[in-house]
Amino acid sequence: MFNAFRTLVGRDLLLAMRRRSDLFTTLFFFVIVVSLFPLGIGPELNTLRLIAPGVFWVAALLASMLALERLFAIDYEDGALEQMLLAPQPLFVLVLAKVTAHWLVTGLPLVLMAPLLGLQYDMANDALLAMVISLLLGTPALSLIGAIGAALTLGLRGGGVLVSLLVLPLYIPVLIFGSGSVEATASGLGGQGHLLMLGAILILSLLFAPLAASAALRISAE
Amino acid sequence: MNARLLNWFKFSSPATFYPLAGRLVPIFTLIAVALIGVGLYMSFFVAPTDYKQGEGYRIIFVHVPAAWMSMFIYLIMAFWAGLGLVFNTRLSGMMTRALAPTGAIFAFLALWTGAFWGKPMWGTWWVWDARLTSELILLFLYLGYLALQGAIDDTRRADRAGALLVLVGVINIPIIYYSVQWWNTLHQGATISMDNGSKMGVTMLWTMLIMALGFWAYTIAVALVRVRSIILEREADTTWVSELAEVRR
Repeated sequence: MFNAFRTLVGRDLLLAMRRRSDLFTTLFFFVIVVSLFPLGIGPELNTLRLIAPGVFWVAALLASMLALERLFAIDYEDGALEQMLLAPQPLFVLVLAKVTAHWLVTGLPLVLMAPLLGLQYDMANDALLAMVISLLLGTPALSLIGAIGAALTLGLRGGGVLVSLLVLPLYIPVLIFGSGSVEATASGLGGQGHLLMLGAILILSLLFAPLAASAALRISAE
Repeated sequence: MNARLLNWFKFSSPATFYPLAGRLVPIFTLIAVALIGVGLYMSFFVAPTDYKQGEGYRIIFVHVPAAWMSMFIYLIMAFWAGLGLVFNTRLSGMMTRALAPTGAIFAFLALWTGAFWGKPMWGTWWVWDARLTSELILLFLYLGYLALQGAIDDTRRADRAGALLVLVGVINIPIIYYSVQWWNTLHQGATISMDNGSKMGVTMLWTMLIMALGFWAYTIAVALVRVRSIILEREADTTWVSELAEVRR
């Protein structure tokens, strides 16, 4: 079982490495969206510091959502997904492996890039740290919850817009606690409570999202 | 016990449910018209003017039942969705499908009347209050369900995918509600609480309950009409449909 998990993660990472442009699209999207806000709002640093948590989190949300479409689509088209559905290993583990690889490719780069961009917004050090931790806890939850939407809309016309309609309402708690933790840290209240809630959401989605996504895959690939 | 169980499953077949729904529709329409008629009369002429809010408060007789219904309907949809996934009955998916538009309309109505109430009372159309925000998210959940249903042509897949989405949504609703409440209280403290602390008069409460029951009957009637047309659409090439009097005509 762990073998299957490791193999699938390795395979997906290898595939992503072979198609590096996919890897960078999400990251560049995140960078560009975050950099657009000062242009739209004005270079006033006090304002930027105030809106930074929200901007970063909404940008991370959108970036993770954009990448969702590719989560199962390629395997669905070339038939690999059907083999996974038939495999003796539990689908739960395979879905978890796919989501893990997906997060390593699309989520982790955002987490690593965020503090650099945070400097553009003149954020304080402790706020930057809170941002990295919250993104580290939050983006995997986004990938997990998004996997349900990606599985449900597999092979449908207008898949991309549809996924956003399905998934964005479910993302709201992560957004609230994610940006809340950064804001609370920046204002000196301490973001620990928010981070704990984010961790709780991550654990919950680790348990339930692969289950729901497996059920959705079985429905979609029938 | 066994006989009763059989009875339940008898009506899970579209062919037997269709005429039953046809008989129930006029009854519930009548109840809805009567209750909403009485409720509207009471809310306009019987319920006393509120000493603090004046006449404008009367919109809550539509607003509160609509908000209740929008939440109830999502729960009922989840019930049908769960039933459909467990027992694999076709009718459950059709019921979920038939309820969704009504739920979305009630959610929208609750937001709309809430804005009308908020303008004179709070001086603003919209407040990022926890309840308003979660009602808005509920509307988004309904829209997501309807969009998913619209995008899938295969009805069987549409039913099951929709059922799964509704169940995921229903698990998420408490999480969303509490996170929104937290977010709001952490941000700005208590803005304006919806329950103004004032005890509601007995006539007002009765009016609201009558309106809620009327909306309930309306929902059942409309959902049954809708489920009948869904049944006709999906079973169009079966013999029992072609033998129906209204189809043969």
